[in-house]
Amino acid sequence: MSILMKRRNVLVGSGALMLGACSKVHDTERGKRFFEGVDDWHQGLQRALTSRNALAREYAPEDISPFFRGNGSTDPQNDGYPDHVASNFANWRFTVGGLVERNLSFTLDQIMQLPQRTQITRHDCVEGWSAIGQWTGPQLSTFLQLARVRDNARYVVFRCADDYTQGRYYESIDMIDALHPQTIVAHRLNGAPLPVRNGAPLRARVERQLGYKHAKYLTGIEVVASFADIGLGKGGYWEDHGGYQWYAGM
Amino acid sequence: MMARRRRTNRHFVSTRIWHWVNLIAIVVLFMSGLNISNAHTYLYWGDWGFAPEQAWLEVPRFPGWMTLPGYYSLAKARDWHLLMAFPFAFGLLFMWIAMLWNRHFRRDLATNKREWRWSAIRRDIIQHLRFDFSHHGGKYNFLQKLAYGGVLGILLPGMVLTGLSISPGMEPTLWWLVDILGGRQSARSIHFLFAWGLAEFFIVHVALVLLTGPIGHLRSMIVGGEHEPTNPPFAKTDTGDPA
Repeated sequence: MSILMKRRNVLVGSGALMLGACSKVHDTERGKRFFEGVDDWHQGLQRALTSRNALAREYAPEDISPFFRGNGSTDPQNDGYPDHVASNFANWRFTVGGLVERNLSFTLDQIMQLPQRTQITRHDCVEGWSAIGQWTGPQLSTFLQLARVRDNARYVVFRCADDYTQGRYYESIDMIDALHPQTIVAHRLNGAPLPVRNGAPLRARVERQLGYKHAKYLTGIEVVASFADIGLGKGGYWEDHGGYQWYAGM
Repeated sequence: MMARRRRTNRHFVSTRIWHWVNLIAIVVLFMSGLNISNAHTYLYWGDWGFAPEQAWLEVPRFPGWMTLPGYYSLAKARDWHLLMAFPFAFGLLFMWIAMLWNRHFRRDLATNKREWRWSAIRRDIIQHLRFDFSHHGGKYNFLQKLAYGGVLGILLPGMVLTGLSISPGMEPTLWWLVDILGGRQSARSIHFLFAWGLAEFFIVHVALVLLTGPIGHLRSMIVGGEHEPTNPPFAKTDTGDPA
């Protein structure tokens, strides 16, 4: 029995050692790059198994959740955002720039005059919860077509107005998701203007990825060939500061 | 016939490789999964749910020694979880193909009608309660077949399928699976329940290995060699069907 106990202690000890080593591996630069590779495998596999324009499920009006939870920034206080709230976003601008043939700037009224898409979709937070809401806004592809994207464009960066705990929020998606029919710049939730909690006046909807990709408080988009020079270079606020996966389809 | 079979490899090399790869994958998946569970400790049925009042279960927060990493980090836990999902899912696929190919499934795991008779099941249960784990001549007795079959046929593939179902990037393709499971939050709940089902199997499995000659079991699962089970003498007179 005592030999057995020892053996088990060795097993448990080596197990703990292995798991401890796992954490150490993770913190090295090489470890981080390795896990970014794992993220790429998932993206590659999902893209291989799912057609480019396959739609996320759309629900019926009776499926809408009674309340749409807000996460992350829910009431930004920085850089005059509260003034925009007070003036009902009358001076809000949404700009399109970067690798485009012409830079564009839109008021909210102009955005509402573009062709609109309304979709009732489920929002899945990386934490695990889900809520269903109805979103309305122009497709992101409409802006990209109006601005005429250059050939070397690979990503669309969402520029936001909110500072979260460690700096300005931003996000990025590749052109496949940017041109997806359900990727919209939403200004309405459940038929009413977006609440501040959910990203007023504009937020991205990227329906085939987790919630942190759906950037809120949008001030514009920037078309880029690489996001290595933006922020800390990982393609988004949570990717930079929290080590979260850039591709969030799982 | 039985004797000759015993002298050949007790476990196929495919079984042995898969067993240990799967062990590593499952330990990392389970511990990182508990870390992920700590991010939102409520489980729901249906498509949606985000607050305690919709939950059917409030899950306790799991302490650091149970999680990977050993402190709360949703991002790092997801890294480990998403990494080990690959050897886990593809390993299971490999094991099923190997099991059907080398007839391990039909020969050792598939049950027949006679084994499902209540009298036979009762006899097996009583034997187990007496700590008599004889195999009736076959490789596994009925309760073992049930346990291994349930794990290989339901719990392990269930983890893969529910994991895929809670991935928003897969839903456009696997919407029918999400439907069958009753919605994304139901799939998440089942993912959690099946994980604990596997944990339970793991504990019973290890306990029974320890009770029935751990060194021989370990040796045969590593090198695959001959292993004579040490059964009580009366078990040898039992004439089970060779299934």
